Amino acid sequence: MLEIKNLHVELEDEDKQILKGVNLTVESGKVHAIMGPNGSGKSTLSYVLSGKDGYEVTDGSAELEGTDILDMEPEERAAAGLFLAFQYPVEIPGVGNMTFLRTAVNAQRKARGEEELSAAEFLKVVREKAKSLKIDADMLKRPVNVGFSGGEKKRNEILQMAMLEPKMCILDETDSGLDVDAMKLVADGVNALRDAGRSFLVITHYQRLLDHIKPDVVHIMADGKIVKTGGPELALEVENNGYTDILAEVA
Amino acid sequence: MAALDDVQVKEGVDQETVEAVQSVGGKYKYGFETDIEMEYAPKGLNEDIVRLISEKNNEPEWMLEWRLTAYRRWLQMEEPEWAMVDYPKIDFQDQYYYARPKSMIEKPKSLDEVDPKLLETYKKLGIPLKEQALLAGVEAPEGDRRVAVDAVFDSVSVGTTFKDELAKAGVIFCSISEAIQDHPELVRKYLGTVVPQSDNYYATLNSAVFSDGSFVYIPEGTKCPMELSTYFRINAENTGQFERTLIVAEKGSYVSYLEGCTAPQRDIAQLHAAVVELVALDDAEIKYSTVQNWFPGDEEGKGGIYNFVTKRADCRGDRSKVMWTQVETGSAVTWKYPSCILRGDDSQGEFYSIAIANNMQQADTGTKMIHLGKNTKSRIVSKGISAGKAQNTYRGLVSMHPKAQNARNYTQCDSLLIGDKCGAHTVPYIEVKNNSARVEHEATTSKVDDDQLFYCRQRGMDEEEAVALVVNGFCKDVLQALPMEFAMEAQALVAISLEGSVG
Repeated sequence: MLEIKNLHVELEDEDKQILKGVNLTVESGKVHAIMGPNGSGKSTLSYVLSGKDGYEVTDGSAELEGTDILDMEPEERAAAGLFLAFQYPVEIPGVGNMTFLRTAVNAQRKARGEEELSAAEFLKVVREKAKSLKIDADMLKRPVNVGFSGGEKKRNEILQMAMLEPKMCILDETDSGLDVDAMKLVADGVNALRDAGRSFLVITHYQRLLDHIKPDVVHIMADGKIVKTGGPELALEVENNGYTDILAEVA
Repeated sequence: MAALDDVQVKEGVDQETVEAVQSVGGKYKYGFETDIEMEYAPKGLNEDIVRLISEKNNEPEWMLEWRLTAYRRWLQMEEPEWAMVDYPKIDFQDQYYYARPKSMIEKPKSLDEVDPKLLETYKKLGIPLKEQALLAGVEAPEGDRRVAVDAVFDSVSVGTTFKDELAKAGVIFCSISEAIQDHPELVRKYLGTVVPQSDNYYATLNSAVFSDGSFVYIPEGTKCPMELSTYFRINAENTGQFERTLIVAEKGSYVSYLEGCTAPQRDIAQLHAAVVELVALDDAEIKYSTVQNWFPGDEEGKGGIYNFVTKRADCRGDRSKVMWTQVETGSAVTWKYPSCILRGDDSQGEFYSIAIANNMQQADTGTKMIHLGKNTKSRIVSKGISAGKAQNTYRGLVSMHPKAQNARNYTQCDSLLIGDKCGAHTVPYIEVKNNSARVEHEATTSKVDDDQLFYCRQRGMDEEEAVALVVNGFCKDVLQALPMEFAMEAQALVAISLEGSVG
């Protein structure tokens, strides 16, 4: 599904290398987790893959289903099936959550040459998906993320993901700022989307999210590289011993 | 359940908007020119031209005198320079003050007799002059709201639709030139009582040379049965458009009036100096909405319309109410302050404005709320959007006079910047001479930030769609104040006028 080879990335404004040769392959239908200490480049990886400005790829490649995505515009990557659940979802005052969702869904459908959803069809689907995430009618009407609690914002990200039905979902620290109940709700939402044709890259600091979203593969990232790869037990190791031991071991 | 159904309605609107934006696909779409034979008055301005305009309109003597008084006054006035706009000195002698299509010399008796080229122009502009179809027995689709239109082409009114039907309700809706001939008593009673001949440089010029415009009279206790609308089109080159609109709402009446404007794309700037006077008597309500989409000039600031407009409402009666809503997207230079004189006790004035300036456009716009009566209320919501190298100024006055016991004002001025070469300025003047009056003012300035745009794009919208969405969100309070048909058009316009403003 996603194949990253030798990815090197610098900050555009300052001469600072953040990613120093990331290699990562996420197979179709699998859930990979990336863990790592602060500043290891986890969030940068998610931004570079989704096409945010401010980063320069100096070497390497990233392919989604065999197509190089690094030269594509962010919206083209989105239409190709890449989705990023933001660590800090952005507020858009005055724009209703529904309007936003529907504009996004139809923009992607249009980009793929598909028929746009009618208001009625759209509404039916939204209602269904919102219900399972405990998102009520009021939250759908309110402006995008404005005045949302941390939990509401993250649930809203998952609702967007459910509506857009991406192939490759990147979750950037989706557990940050969530209490246990909210985390469970979000994890349930993600698990409901697990499918043979859909892959996940879950970026997190902590093991606790991985208790709910069980990964197939766990990677440890440090200083711009994947330094260790293993099964779910690797996350437990981090939980018990912290990163220090692992980093010392690979150094 | 009910709440979600409510959402569905709004969804429909927004979706259609996006479609409209996409279908238009960019640039100023009203920049075409109609190739039509015109009759011009000689270039320049003097007493003979004023006489000529009056004569062309078959005006009575009192009207000519009124014009000449204004003209003589104008000669003694100086062009104002206090606004934050910068433009080359206008040579008032290098303008045509009167231009009409030759086919309009003999006034057509009905729309059927109007030159097809003119009708075609309005059709291209999307203006429904299709009353013919209705008269021919073709029924309007159910639920289709009808709007009566007065179409003004350069200096003359081309035709007014639904006149007969309105007349049944006692409503007079015609061009001001007809009104001067057919209803002189009404025109004489109200013309210049809100904006006097000597009011300001451009209004005085207008008083001398106005060629046409619209006249509306709503009799006592009448709710106007449909929306009224005037569509102004400047076509001829080097021609100033000076229209005059007068709306009188008698006691307990109601009218909603829409004004739209476009002009061809040319690299020489053109002058537009209009005057609009509204009179609301006891318990009357007037809603006046404008979607101004004159040609804004090109990216380098060449051409476009210089828009110097005086709009004022007199809430003359107790409990009268006037609401101005404007969406200003065009013009190279805008100088415009739709105002309310809140004379009657408990009268209310509202001003909702979206002013968008892109490329080299300059807008200096706002409102004046003059509180004279007791318990008068006013509300100002202004949204200024600047992009490119544009300068956008909100200039407003809230004045509480000594007798304005318990008067209230609420003002909200928000500015949005796109890019880092544009400017936003807020110049509020507040005068309070009554201790019981209360004035509130809030102002914000923000930027469309990259994170918002990236968020939208990550969800699949392209950059322009993303900007349009964010800006429409910013303008929402004002867009909601517009009548449905205009709200759609305005949302689409917001998107179009900001094209090329990012990236």
